[in-house]
Formats: sequence, C-alpha cells, structure tokens
Amino acid sequence: MPKDHGIGAAPKRREDVRFLTGTGQYTDDINVYGQTYCHFLRSDVAHGKITSIDTSEAEKMPGVVRIFTGKDFEGLGGLPCGWQVTDKHGAPMKEPGHPVLAQGKVRHVGDPIAAVVADSLEEARDAAEAIMVEIEDLPAVVDMKAALESGAAKVHDDLDDNLCYDWQFGSEQEAVDKAFAEAAHVSTLELVNNRLVANPMEPRVAVGEYNRANDESTLYTTSQNPHVIRLLMGAFVLNIPEHKLRVVAPDVGGGFGTKIFHYAEEAFVTWASRQINRPVKWTSTRSEAFMSDAHGRDHVTKIELALDKDNNFTGLRTDTYANMGAYLSTFSSSVPTWLHGTLMAGNYKTPAVQVNVKAVFTNTVPVDAYRGAGRPEATFQLERVVDKAARELGVDPIALRRQNFITEFPYATPVAVEYDTGDYVATMDKLEEMIDRAGFEARRKESESRGKLRGLGINCYIEACGIAPSNLVGQLGARAGLYDAATVRVNATGSISVMVGAHSHGQGHETAFPQVVAEMLGIDESMIDIVHGDSSKIPFGMGTYGSRSLAVCGSAMVRATEKIINKAKKIAAHLLEASEGDIELKDGQFTVAGTDKSVAWGDVTLAAYVPHNYPLEEIEPGLEETAFYDPANFTYPAGAYACEVEVDPETGKVTIERFAAADDFGNVVNPMIVEGQVHGGLAQGIGQAMLENCVYDESGQLLTASYMDYAMPRADDVPFYAVDHSCATPCTHNPLGVKGCGEAGAIGSPPSVVNAVIDALHSGGHKVEHIDMPVSPHRVWQAMQG
Amino acid sequence: MTKVTMTVNGKTVAKEVRGNMLMTEFLRDELHLTGTHVGCDTSQCGACVIHVNGQDVKACTMFAGEAEGAEVATIEGMANADGSLNTIQQAFQDYHGLQCGFCTPGMVMTAAALLRDNPKPSETEIRDYLEGNICRCTGYHNIVKAIMAASGQDVSAIAAE
Ligand code: FES
Ligand code: FES
Repeated sequence: MPKDHGIGAAPKRREDVRFLTGTGQYTDDINVYGQTYCHFLRSDVAHGKITSIDTSEAEKMPGVVRIFTGKDFEGLGGLPCGWQVTDKHGAPMKEPGHPVLAQGKVRHVGDPIAAVVADSLEEARDAAEAIMVEIEDLPAVVDMKAALESGAAKVHDDLDDNLCYDWQFGSEQEAVDKAFAEAAHVSTLELVNNRLVANPMEPRVAVGEYNRANDESTLYTTSQNPHVIRLLMGAFVLNIPEHKLRVVAPDVGGGFGTKIFHYAEEAFVTWASRQINRPVKWTSTRSEAFMSDAHGRDHVTKIELALDKDNNFTGLRTDTYANMGAYLSTFSSSVPTWLHGTLMAGNYKTPAVQVNVKAVFTNTVPVDAYRGAGRPEATFQLERVVDKAARELGVDPIALRRQNFITEFPYATPVAVEYDTGDYVATMDKLEEMIDRAGFEARRKESESRGKLRGLGINCYIEACGIAPSNLVGQLGARAGLYDAATVRVNATGSISVMVGAHSHGQGHETAFPQVVAEMLGIDESMIDIVHGDSSKIPFGMGTYGSRSLAVCGSAMVRATEKIINKAKKIAAHLLEASEGDIELKDGQFTVAGTDKSVAWGDVTLAAYVPHNYPLEEIEPGLEETAFYDPANFTYPAGAYACEVEVDPETGKVTIERFAAADDFGNVVNPMIVEGQVHGGLAQGIGQAMLENCVYDESGQLLTASYMDYAMPRADDVPFYAVDHSCATPCTHNPLGVKGCGEAGAIGSPPSVVNAVIDALHSGGHKVEHIDMPVSPHRVWQAMQG
Repeated sequence: MTKVTMTVNGKTVAKEVRGNMLMTEFLRDELHLTGTHVGCDTSQCGACVIHVNGQDVKACTMFAGEAEGAEVATIEGMANADGSLNTIQQAFQDYHGLQCGFCTPGMVMTAAALLRDNPKPSETEIRDYLEGNICRCTGYHNIVKAIMAASGQDVSAIAAE
C-alpha cells in the first residue's frame, strides 16, 4: 500500500498552484521602483582586437543614463573559476582572465563589449546601435585539434598556447599497457559528444538594486545557488563584503546546470546600480542566451576496451579533447576531469582504467556543466564501446555486461571513487522484464513486414551524485566546500519554517522536503514550509546541482531536525516530570515510555517560547536549530536503460518506439517527483541523441542561435517512458539513504538510442559501427549508403 | 502612442500604448499579468500562448494594437470562479504535468484550446497539437497524460507497459 503522507508518499506539489494560475514570481516578473534597463552590445565576430569604442553619439540618445565599457571595469576582478585542475606534469591549469566587459579583445560571438543603461529597454537598444566599435578581425580557432597545432591563433595572447591542461588519471601506466598488450581482443571507437545548449525555458535575468542608505546591494537573479553567486561576485569580482550583498533567486524556470555559474551580467547589473544609484535590469532574449549561457558537452574521444579470451574486461583507455570555449566558466575545468574520469569504470570491474583529457580554449562560448556534467560523456563512450565489443565478439550485449558487472560492495574503482552500494544485476533483470525482450523478435518482424528496420539498444550507467565530500574535492582542486545547510525554525504554535541552502527550480523541494520533516516529527506536512533562494533568509547553502539537494541539503535538514527533537524531548521531559531518556516521540506526541502520560508537539513548542514552566537553568528558550552537513562520500545512482527504435531505410528517419529506464536511486521520498525527474532527463538525453546540436562554422559564427536551427525535443519527438525505481539499494552513508535522481535520465539515455539505431541498421545488413549524435535522418541515411 | 481597448479575463481595459508594443509586453508590463511568459524571440516556444477571441495565439506574435476590441484570456483568468483550479489545471497538478512552471501557462492555454475543439484527443493528436510548445523539464510524458485525463480518458495504464 503506498503511503499517503511522509517519506514515500506522493502528495501533490504545493508549488503547482501558483505556477498553474500565473502567479509564480520569476526574476523577470520583478520590477523595482526607478529601475533602468540594460542592453549589452555583443561581439558579432569570434575573435578580434578592439581598436576603438566611441560611445559619444550613443550617449546623447534619448533616455540613456550611462554607457559602460571594459575600461570602467579595469581594476575590478574577473569572473573566477571554482576548480583548479593540475595537469599531468604537476602544473596548474592555465587560467586566463575573464573580464565582465571585454578588455582589448573579443573572444567569442556574444562576448559583451559595452552595456547601455537607459530609462527603457527600447532606448537602451537604440543607443547600443549608435556605439561605434572598431574591431580588427583575428583568425578564430574553433576546432579543438586545430587549436592545438603550432601556429594556431591564440585565444589568450598571454598564454603559450590554447591548451588549458593535459590531464591524466587512473591506473598505473604499466598496468594499463599490460592489459592491452595481453588482450585477446581490443575494441576501439572514436566519437563525438555533441555540443549542447541547456535551454531552460526561462532565459537568464538579473536585476541589481543598490540602497545608498545602508550601502547594501541586492541582486535578483535566475540562479541555482544564490549563496555561491554572493560569494563569487562579492569576494572575487566586485569586492563587496557579504553582509552588504543579498542575492535572491526567486522562482527559477529551470536550470539544468547552466544557472549554476556566475555570469558577467550579474556582476554588471549589481555594480552598475551602485554607480548610477538606480536599479538596473537585464533580461536575456533567447538569441542572447544561445551566445551567452554556458554550453555543455563538446568532447571528442577515442576509447579502447581490452578483453581477455573469456570476454572479461581487462583494460580501458580513453583520450578526450574537451572544449572549454573562450574562458573558464565557474565549474568548467572540473567537468571533463573529476566529473568524467572518476566514472570511467562504469558498472564494471575493469581492473585497469586510464583517462586522458586535453582541455582546449577555442573562440566559442564557454562550456560548463549541463545536466549530468561529465558523467553523460563517460557513460556514452563506455556503453558504446561495450556494445561494439559485443558485436565484434558475437556475444549478447546484455550477457557481456552482466559478466563484467561489479557485484560486491563497497567497491573501490581504479579511478578514485568507492561505490558504497548497488545492484546492477537487479536493475538489468528489471529492465529485461520491462522491455519484453522475448517479444522483440516478433516486433522486429512486424516492422520488417512494413519495410522498416527495428533495433533494440540497451546500456547501463552509474553516476556520482550528492556532490560532494569537501575534504576530497579540496584535494582534487575545488576552491569551495560542497556541504549544505538547513535551519529548522519551530514557531511557538508548532508550525515550522525550514530554511534550506538547496534551490528548487522545478524539483519540487517545497513539497518533498516537508515530507521528511513531517515523518520525523509525526506532524502534518501542512505545518511545514520551505524557505529557499534568498541569501538573507537562509543560513548558507551551496545550491542545487549534481543531484545533490536531498542527499546533501536534505541530510542537513535531517540533522537539524534531530537537534530539534533532542531539545524538544528535554522540554517534554520537564513538562512530564520524567527523565529525558524515557521520552518517545510518535505521531506528534511526546510520551513517557510505558505510560499513558504524554504532551503534544504544540505544548512543547509553546513552552519553548512561553517558558513559564521551563528548565531555564538547563536550556535556552526557543526552538530553532541549524546544521551543516558534509557528505562522507558521493552517492552512486545506477541503472539500466533500453531504447527500441524503428528506422525508415528510405529516409533514415529514426522513431523511438519504446523507452524503459530501471533506476536505483536508493530510498525515494516522493515517487511522483522522482519519476518526473527521470522523464525530463530522458527527454534531454533523447534530445542529445536525436536532435540537438550546437554548431559553429569555421569562422566561429554560431549557426544554431535560435529554435529555428537548434532542434529542441518537442512532444511528438518522444514516447511515453516506462520508468521504475524499485531496485533500491539505499545509500549507506547519508541519513535518508537517498542517492539523487535529477541527472540519471540525461546520463543514461543517449547510448541506448545510438545502440538501438546501430542494431537496427545491422539487422538490415548495414555494417555501420557508429553514428555521431544527433542521429539525424541525414546521418543515418548517409551511414546506410556506406 | 495609440489607444487600445479590449477585454482581458472579463475586464475591460483601455491604455495608451506604443504602436510597436507586443501583446506580451502589454500584458506583462502594462497590466502586470506576468503569468504570460516569454521564452524566445522567434515565436517558437509557446510560453506566451493566450486566447484572443477564443483562439489560441502566441502573444509574442501580435501587437497590442491588434487586440483592439478583442476578448483576451490569459492564464490568470483560467481558474474557476471560486479560485479553485479548473479541470485542466487540476489535471496538470494531479499528474505532475509541470516542474519549473515556466512553460506551464502556455501549455494550459494550448490544452484548453485543443480540448474545446477536440474533447477526447488521442495521444498522437495531443502531441501534434503541442508542436508549438516547448517544455524542457517534464519530457512531456506527464503533460500528455494530464491532458488525456482532463478530457476524461483513463490514463492508468500509461507507462505501466
Ligand atoms: S515567447 Fe516564445 S513563442 Fe512567444
Ligand atoms: S515545466 Fe519547466 S519548462 Fe515545462
């Protein structure tokens, strides 16, 4: 029987009512009295030297308040990168400056050159057109391998070349070499993990407001992590102490990673509002978003898998070129390294694994984390090469995976992480049941009778979520701690506000988090509210990304609630004239064990705030507790996915007929929300595999700069998905036993789509080994022509 | 500046507006009806869908002046008279047809237009009709399910297969 409240129940989302009635408050819905509007003049060339900027005509235009250029930002800091990667020779990565407004050079289409602040947006736009900018074109570097050739144009003149770092990680060289030297079979694959644009439906917005009376600045912004923005912007860019800086991220219309990062526009509106003593608002258009939001993926990889004569995986080696774009975005450097290399073992007990990554600067928009961040790239290459190996060896792809599964936990991989728990056999069993594998041949025949090819693709995935143990990531180069915090504030009448550092931008925290506290206290969920997204209201928080909210911030909330329970028991013991150790809390009642003496939750909370009969010598009045929680390990959600496609051999068009996902997320607090997260991830993964591709031409022009050219998955591109999360092995090191579910769908789905297409083509006699994503009709058709 | 008069969610409004003011700006900035969202600048996302004289229209594709004399309905006017969610809104909540909520007003307005013309659409008809509405969060599964449920169809078997 499903529960109707508490952990495991699926109450309707309380945030839905405001969203369904048009009363949500997104950043663009905020207008501040006296506000000005900002328009950025952005580079339309990929690489060039700014020889002059003349704003004199523009300044005379109606409504113009002030025009800013890079000159105005000299002396202020640049946008920082939050992760220092050390290259294989022990040198720190190259870290070029990232100015708020371009200084001397533009390095990608969309790089902001000047900003016009005016009384209206129209006036700001008109004036921007009157700014005279002279740019001397420089050759652009777009292709990563070409960018590393000697003599290539340099994105940053003060660096020796375009190589940010050359990183190596994993098993000893000798062990890897031996595995390949002794291999009975080696499968090799070269592939591209296509560049994507995250495209949350709400474009980015930033409103800066300065209050001269108390010298405080407020930034309203579309962020997944307001405290991180406050820290980075205050300490590194603008030099404003944190107590004078408030960052508010209200309702945010999706993030998917791209709203983690600290962006130039945020720093600009905050700083400009202090200069002109008026609020400054900037709202991105979608076209601007394409050229200023950090992009995702963009890896070019060669992967090799060594197997012994019994088809055991013995070695894995990968070589990746990772595009950084023109500047290092906030977490960019960690994505192809620690978020990618540490997952290369996948679900398999391959003893020797080596990961090589060259990170490259190019004249393109910065590339950073996008849903999955490094883990989709790891999963795609691994699960593609395993499929290829199965085909080359003539063995069943599921059997080959099963044979190599890790089955004992904890398991220390050769790539630094230790999986605490999992059951890959169980999710694979579940998946086979979900997809009716036995019926596949009949379905294939039916497709063939209509002249179509049918393919079944499966894959496994594992991810490291619940980011992250601070001491570990500190050793790996993170410049931040990755704990989270929560304050549980119990009011006199027993209602509760929980201030959490996690930020909800679609994940439903306002519904799911109270389920946990309600379960612990035995009170009604309606008595509990979640407060998030405002640095002035919450203790601290690293925000929401990397499927961390419940695993890390939820754990902090549990710890704070435990402190509340401890204190409340002391108060109850006093009220009941019993000893504290005998007090039990159940269903919102404190009872003396073994008796019928009890006091209700509300009596205890009232006593805490009206301490007339209260042990004041022993405990303070009030009932409010804060906890910071730093995880002991990552969490390791894992699972098995399957995709069944039909390919039209006449046109190359691929249709997804079925999609199934069997996930192990550990314990689940709200299954409805978890399934929704998987659906959304699947659509993004299927979008990557089938439709989405961010393309630059050789000169660095962005060819896919709107929804006309960048194909977003739409309702008729995707099927109903079959999802299951019943094979749960709870996380062993956090109090809820949860692992995180936000990224799984995007990580796990691309390989099964491509595996399915390749399977379909082989069934039609086309010996195609690989098609790069997106598997568009054109690419599939071309592959079939040989 | 031109004067426009129209009925929005049953109330008559009259305003002086710029000739090139988009309907999205008119609703959001002039009337403070911020439920109509702007997700793109090429008329392709559907976050801005409203009803004009009973037709679903992308508000970013029309000037405010073009709505002179029209009956306009926005997401703010969709709930029942007592403030409770209407059938479609309720189905979106019941079936978790929204996450971040940004596409949601457009989805609800589009679904309302569909169900008025086609009270029991098939899954395919729904997916086709949503062609102009992008949702980045839900993967559409629960949106399609919610619309089927709102039209009185049994959705209990969906995705159990
Ligand atoms: S705002 Fe995107 S279609 Fe109107
Ligand atoms: S719910 Fe976020 S875009 Fe649809």
